[in-house]
Amino acid sequence: MTVETKLPFDKDYIEQFSKDRNEPAWMSELRVSALSQANTLEMPKPDKTNIRNWNFKTFKHEFTSGQAVNNTTELPEEIQAYFDEENKAENLLIQRNHTVAFSTLSEDLKNKGVIFTDIFTALNEHNDLVEKYYMKEAVSVDQDRLTALHAALMNGGIFIYVPKNVQIEAPIQAIFWQEDPELALFNHVLIVAEEGSSLTYLENYVSHNEEQKTVANIVTEVFAHDNAQVAYGAVDHFAAGTTTYVNRRGVAQRDAKINWALGQMNDGNTVSENITYLLGDNATSEAKAVTVGRGKQTQNFTSSIRQFGKQTDAFILQRGVMKGSATTIFNAIGKIEHGGSKSNSEQESRVLMLSEKARGDANPILLIDEDDVTAGHAASVGRVDPLQMYYLMSRGLTKEEAERLVIHGFLEPVVSQIPIESVRKQLTQVIERKVN
Amino acid sequence: MSGSVLEIKNLHVSIEDKEILKGVNLTIKGGEFHAIMGPNGTGKSTLASAIMGHPKYEVTEGSITLDGEDVLEMEVDERARAGLFLAMQYPSEISGVTTSDFLRSAINARREEGDEVSLMKFIKQLDKDLDLLEIDQNMATRYLNEGFSGGEKKRNEILQLLQINPAIAILDEIDSGLDIDALKIVSKGINKMRGENFGCLMITHYQRLLNYITPDFVHVMMQGRVVKSGGPELAKRLEADGYEWIKEELGITDETVEQNA
Repeated sequence: MTVETKLPFDKDYIEQFSKDRNEPAWMSELRVSALSQANTLEMPKPDKTNIRNWNFKTFKHEFTSGQAVNNTTELPEEIQAYFDEENKAENLLIQRNHTVAFSTLSEDLKNKGVIFTDIFTALNEHNDLVEKYYMKEAVSVDQDRLTALHAALMNGGIFIYVPKNVQIEAPIQAIFWQEDPELALFNHVLIVAEEGSSLTYLENYVSHNEEQKTVANIVTEVFAHDNAQVAYGAVDHFAAGTTTYVNRRGVAQRDAKINWALGQMNDGNTVSENITYLLGDNATSEAKAVTVGRGKQTQNFTSSIRQFGKQTDAFILQRGVMKGSATTIFNAIGKIEHGGSKSNSEQESRVLMLSEKARGDANPILLIDEDDVTAGHAASVGRVDPLQMYYLMSRGLTKEEAERLVIHGFLEPVVSQIPIESVRKQLTQVIERKVN
Repeated sequence: MSGSVLEIKNLHVSIEDKEILKGVNLTIKGGEFHAIMGPNGTGKSTLASAIMGHPKYEVTEGSITLDGEDVLEMEVDERARAGLFLAMQYPSEISGVTTSDFLRSAINARREEGDEVSLMKFIKQLDKDLDLLEIDQNMATRYLNEGFSGGEKKRNEILQLLQINPAIAILDEIDSGLDIDALKIVSKGINKMRGENFGCLMITHYQRLLNYITPDFVHVMMQGRVVKSGGPELAKRLEADGYEWIKEELGITDETVEQNA
């Protein structure tokens, strides 16, 4: 198959971009090599979703600074909504366009050796660590054309490193704010939790480009070493003009745990893949995701947990609400590899349809290559139960209010997992806006 | 002035084109407690559902009014806000919605925007009602009816009754599946509602409930109609003698709706 190869970026542009950031040689080489691969690799092929006519080409890539602030109160209200000013996360980083507008990390964590910084600083100051993990074991450059483009054009992101046995109680929060409406975000989030460590991380993606077309091409890589625990929360809220391709991937070693709670509230077309590899024995993962589709947007969500270790435990939960003429495909894939004996794989995908024209598919997939395992799945696509509506309305709730309660209740299993209250509230408000 | 008046006249109700109610007449006034008794399959629960506006039941003839207003013209939620309440035999489970969030929504549905009940006041009243019904405090934070035992569901219905404080309540087999202790507690909650501004229609198979909540009027339903009405003594006679004597008196061989339709 021939692919269109006319990218507005060449080797010189990429090399210059890398040089301007003072990146180490390996990074520059990775970018250049990725660019040439991007010219020959095929586009991703999400199951049952045709992305051929989606905008992956129109966007502005050049490195764009955002104004830094000394105090978060200087930020506009819509950004302040993501944290509670009174009770702000002690460890907070706000990326505005491609640069850091604000960041804090507690002295205590600094002293313990925790790293929480933007990806470019990390490439300079913690080069070895970044190089060890960056697009190797989790997401590979040559997965598809878009991951290669991500590697070539990466223009933002963060690095978090938690040393051995350091337990971080308070959540670490990152806000990625694409203020410039035409700007593309090739954002990379790299999290390394060393043996016996733990952290809770929460990220928000925000943009306001209703009309202007652009692209978000995001890669997250999470590494949980032996007995480490990572709770990863996200609320994605790109505006209708942004086409999003997001890969969030985790690698869990022995006795490690990676739990995901993803609030996927983009208004534009979205392909989202969340894959966790349970490599070590007794590793566990819960992958929970909610979405609300509205308007004409098309979305494709894949949650997959691949179990290699023995006695691993996996649970996938997907909930979606569909409005207007939105289309969403949910793929839940539980895979137990040969050798993953005594493992358990469970999944549940449910879609609630609020309009005649909306379309939702839930595809439960279990792939089992081992005998001594347990697995189960549940999937449903349906409308609001008229008897539930009758019951709630019989207490005086209007039809709208009753429906609102049922929808919030339906999404609650994932919303309740978002670790910071202000973001939970904010997510609830976004859901409210999207369903009304 | 005293409470509301619910008036049911010549009510005919069908479900999926099958007529269940064949001309029910009944008037319930504020201050009055009515009991409807009768064997299975005679249309008692259908009457309750039709009054509230269950989507599956179709009223084909007759009228229901509340203080002169046409109830049949109202949506389910409008009926509720007009003052009607139905404690359901099989309440729905609403996953992800806590009992207390739901109760607040129900209370605020009756108040103007900007005049919502304050959180403090709400919690105070809720605690009081939970205590009265001997319900564990944690029920307030559990999802509405999800995983509740049969008895918990019944208590929760009465908790809602107390919180919402309607003008006319219909209790559809509120006693079914309750042991004697639970029945006493539920009855205590219902009796607390007594007053001239509260009218109640209890639907039950068993006289047992009426030992704890004394009705002013007792009606017997057969074949989709009220066939006999009386005072509390009627319930006692039914307890002692069953329904056969009424059937004989009225020349009914099969009291159910099903075979006679």
